[in-house]
Amino acid sequence: MSTPVLFDVPGPQARARQRIGAVIGSVVILALVAFVLYRLARNGQLEGQRWAVLFDPNTGVPQALGKALLRTLQVAAVGMVLATLLGLLLAVGRLSDHRWVRLPVSTFIEFFRAIPLLVVIFTLYFVLPSFGIELSAFAALTGGLVLYNSAVLAEIFRAGILSVDRGQREAAFGLGMRKSQVMTLVLLPQAVRRMLPVLIAQLVVLLKDSSLGFIIGYFELLRQARSLVEFFSLEYGNTYTFQLYVGAALLYIIVNVLLSQLAKYVERRTRTNKKAAATPVAELPADVQMGGGGGVASRETI
Amino acid sequence: MEFFIDNFDLLRDAFLTTLSLSLLSGLLALVLGTVLAGMRVSPITQLRGLATFYVEVFRNTPLTVVFFFIIFGLPQIDFAVDFFTGAVLSVGLYTAAFVCEAVRSGINAVSPGQAEAARAIGLTFGQSLREIVLPQAFRTVVPPLGNVWIAMVKNTSIAAGFSVTELSSTLPRLVNADAGDLTLILIGVVAGYMLITLPSAFAIHRLERRVAILR
Repeated sequence: MSTPVLFDVPGPQARARQRIGAVIGSVVILALVAFVLYRLARNGQLEGQRWAVLFDPNTGVPQALGKALLRTLQVAAVGMVLATLLGLLLAVGRLSDHRWVRLPVSTFIEFFRAIPLLVVIFTLYFVLPSFGIELSAFAALTGGLVLYNSAVLAEIFRAGILSVDRGQREAAFGLGMRKSQVMTLVLLPQAVRRMLPVLIAQLVVLLKDSSLGFIIGYFELLRQARSLVEFFSLEYGNTYTFQLYVGAALLYIIVNVLLSQLAKYVERRTRTNKKAAATPVAELPADVQMGGGGGVASRETI
Repeated sequence: MEFFIDNFDLLRDAFLTTLSLSLLSGLLALVLGTVLAGMRVSPITQLRGLATFYVEVFRNTPLTVVFFFIIFGLPQIDFAVDFFTGAVLSVGLYTAAFVCEAVRSGINAVSPGQAEAARAIGLTFGQSLREIVLPQAFRTVVPPLGNVWIAMVKNTSIAAGFSVTELSSTLPRLVNADAGDLTLILIGVVAGYMLITLPSAFAIHRLERRVAILR
């Protein structure tokens, strides 16, 4: 994909005009940033000792945030592993030759892709207890993430399996392999390799979605920050509120950016890898990247 | 059943909140996202950089964190917003990044000859974008934009965590209120979302067929 060039190479006049535009634009943005900083400073939010609370071990804040980060990663890690395994099973199930396997699996996938992730989590956390099944916040959050993401991952794996050249399958059958052997020895290894960048991108989405734990009271980063705020406000009022929130949010963003960079690195490696080089650059559709529940099934998948 | 009927009004109001939240933030996202896409292909480097920065930041931030900044952060610079406005802003600003990416992919899909012809007859950047490229781009991005819209409707559920009484929030709310049969409420909530997403999906397919360009 190359961007069509929508403008000519600027001449001297146009260059001058653009320079003026750039200067004015920069000034406006700087003014906006300065305005925000001014308002923050006027409210005393930029004082060094207020931010020091984030780094001073004596307050217990860095430890608490560190533990919360661990808990976030814990949910994400468990969710990633389980969702990948379940997703693989579902993908294979959806490609099954038997209608009685294919139909329920397809229904499962379409159902969990069609409702918001938060509703799944709420169902596990609030509705199941009335049937006598009590789940902890951790279990409900992980369960929701696994159910929803396995459905999305199943579609990704299925696309990968279908993208493997038909000859591979036919040759494997020609060698006398059984269906399970064709799948596990020939199709899946190639499919997973091709889908690796998309897979990692989806796992980043899963990490992003673990922030939903905030809403059901799982002590991940955001909820921990909120509870710290409540704790501190008893003694100091709102002195540290803003700083704690910003600290927690920044931690989230940093972890996300790091994982996204990993995804980009893997994608570059896959693209230069000869075995997978034939793959067209797979990009995750925007609706999947948005998290919280993908789009409806496109017509090809129905 | 009784429990469901007793709470039907709550569910209906919640549904209407979800609907208006979706429509308002969808509008914000569409306008802002299109402007951002225009910036990303513009001749001015600073504009391109700014739009890229915006998209990268919002794509790497969980929507819950965006809510956090809007609801708890804005008051720190003396711009307190009520919860509903905050939710519209959060969902709209977040979704705009994805709208921008969708529209940009559409701009890239318009054949380069169109842009070249537009330049050749002397149209400026703004004119060729408005008159030539964007109208064609929008036709090709109906399906991805539709998916963004549907994902956004589902994302509005996160407002439940920030004191907006929309569909999902009815579940935790009614749990605390003397447990009745929640299953029907749950079905009602799911049906509420489907009531928005399924007709949308249908309309998107229709629209896609009508405006598709054969190339």
